[in-house]
Amino acid sequence: MGRDVYLDNNATTMLAPEVLDAMLPFYKEKYGNASSMHSFGGKVAKDMEHARHQVAQLLGAENDFEITFTGSATESDNLAIRGITSYYRDKKHVITSTVEHPAVLNLCKQLEKEGYKVTYVPVDREGVVDLEYLKSSVTEETAIVSIMHANNETGVIMPVEEIGAFLKEKGVIFHIDGVQAAGKIPVDVQKLNCDLYSISAHKFHGPKGVGALYVRKGSRMRPLIFGGHQEKSRRPGTENIPGIVGMGMAAEMAISHLKDMAGVAKLRDKLQENILKTIKTSTVNGLNAPRTPNTLNISFEFIEGESILLYLDKQGVYISTGSACSSGSLEPSHVLRGMNLPFSKIHGSIRFSLSRYTTEDEIDYTLGVLPEVIDTLLTISPFWDNEKKEGKIPE
Amino acid sequence: MWEYTEKVKDLYTNPKNVGKIEDADGVGYVGSVVCGDALTLYIKVADGIITDAKFETFGCGSAIASSSALTEMVKGKTIEEAQRITNRDIVDYLGGLPDQKIHCSVMGSEALTNAIADYRGEKPPVEDEPAGEIICHCLNITDVEIREAVHTKGITNIDDMMALTGAGTVCGTCIPKIEDIIEEEMSRCSTKADRCCDEPLTNMQKMKKVEEVINNVIRPGLRRDGGDIELVDINGDEVSVRLMGACSHCMTASMTLENFVQEELRKSVSKTIVIKHV
Repeated sequence: MGRDVYLDNNATTMLAPEVLDAMLPFYKEKYGNASSMHSFGGKVAKDMEHARHQVAQLLGAENDFEITFTGSATESDNLAIRGITSYYRDKKHVITSTVEHPAVLNLCKQLEKEGYKVTYVPVDREGVVDLEYLKSSVTEETAIVSIMHANNETGVIMPVEEIGAFLKEKGVIFHIDGVQAAGKIPVDVQKLNCDLYSISAHKFHGPKGVGALYVRKGSRMRPLIFGGHQEKSRRPGTENIPGIVGMGMAAEMAISHLKDMAGVAKLRDKLQENILKTIKTSTVNGLNAPRTPNTLNISFEFIEGESILLYLDKQGVYISTGSACSSGSLEPSHVLRGMNLPFSKIHGSIRFSLSRYTTEDEIDYTLGVLPEVIDTLLTISPFWDNEKKEGKIPE
Repeated sequence: MWEYTEKVKDLYTNPKNVGKIEDADGVGYVGSVVCGDALTLYIKVADGIITDAKFETFGCGSAIASSSALTEMVKGKTIEEAQRITNRDIVDYLGGLPDQKIHCSVMGSEALTNAIADYRGEKPPVEDEPAGEIICHCLNITDVEIREAVHTKGITNIDDMMALTGAGTVCGTCIPKIEDIIEEEMSRCSTKADRCCDEPLTNMQKMKKVEEVINNVIRPGLRRDGGDIELVDINGDEVSVRLMGACSHCMTASMTLENFVQEELRKSVSKTIVIKHV
């Protein structure tokens, strides 16, 4: 007992010890303001610029100045989309997908209230954005297209490279919400042909409270908030130096650990294969689509996700669920619903998300406790018996 | 993470009275797989006293705990005493539930009502008032009350809504949400007159209603013939169901679906409902 197996790395990740070490001086002796004219602040500015370089490297940016630090990926998403729409005021059309993160979806709903037309591109059964639908939605009026690189719930990777190539030809601005991709799969903004790319530090073992937005050289946009000249007035406000330095360090480490992701995928696949083999009522969501190496979204029929979560929690295994019960709004996952999964599968869906710190021992432990959890909940379930009686489920 | 009391945690970890009573005197069904929670309550009655109670639950931790609590609470009580148990009593027994989880206790009291109706050979009631989502957390005011006010009191702006219902008058965080609901409801109506439309159901309300008609009207009908039905999915107006037991091999299954199931749903929920057998 007393074991903690953290398999919720798409929610947040452990701060790498090296990142914390890099940050600490900026909470202690290096407390200067990067904007100050004296050398005490000037040194700090140099450290910040180094971090900018590290983040630029992670995304394959041509110039360091294409990186703007923000307070979160939610802010980056908002800055990207609002920044563009408030510059191109006569273009009143925005394209996104039905499975985006709330940071994009709820902003789009707000834009609709403000008179914008928003196209929500559907996904197929595997959770992949419909490329042809997207292409045919672009008009002269389209200000920006915003599509996620990888989905947070399923890990499904979207055809962003194809979208980027198409939009470049059309001359339409392209924003990618890359929160779930950066640090997990290679990212190269040149190859992706995107104008904007949002990331968050705490998803790749950096600190919370700091994000970044890549803005391609020459892009025209307006800021969300107004103030001083920090971040070239694109995102004013005294910089979160410890956070930014931590993000830089985390980015550098993510680049060097990208090769470890094959090992993470191996563990994920082991988890997946064993669950599918031992638990007959399970199905993997997004199974046939390309996925990030760390994510496994799996549905168990006849039982409910939050109760699985609570039972696993008792065993020290931490995961998340797409069930309605856990959301607070009583609406189940819009991502799985967008994939046209029946409610029975959505309410019983859980997400495992691994990291480079996940060990094989932890996966074995999870595989050891899961079948009993599922069995116990099946015996409580009113639907399970019927299925057995009907002979739909092998004993 | 939900703030569950120790009692709730204990009961979802070690639920009591799980299972069926094969020769039950009363069975109550609530919920469905579609809405994400469902409860079947079995009671055994002797000389007007509930001697045994068991449950099967599909749902979250608090649904399991509420069900388990309910079975403990009714055992040894007369039918009349049991009838007086409210969802509030279940919440108190559990030492409290988070706001968003109160509906789990409501599910318990509804299952009890239905089981008692079944024991008496009556049809379980179909509620007219759908339960809502709490919008104003300071005063526990649901979207249903806000929607109602738009349709029956002709409220068209936030200030009048706050004055009438009190929603949004304490911390004010929910004001934009209330405005969205007012706007949404107004867009459903063609006129602004008093009682302006038939109050079309929101998706959640429609789902609840379909589920209730299936549990309380259709299922009891089918069970008399040794059959059963399960609600599998709702997508717009398309309601997918599975016929089970005697019904699943019945020659007239498709007629049952069209003439009975679809008709009942069209009568009680919406004229445009189409039944699909899966």
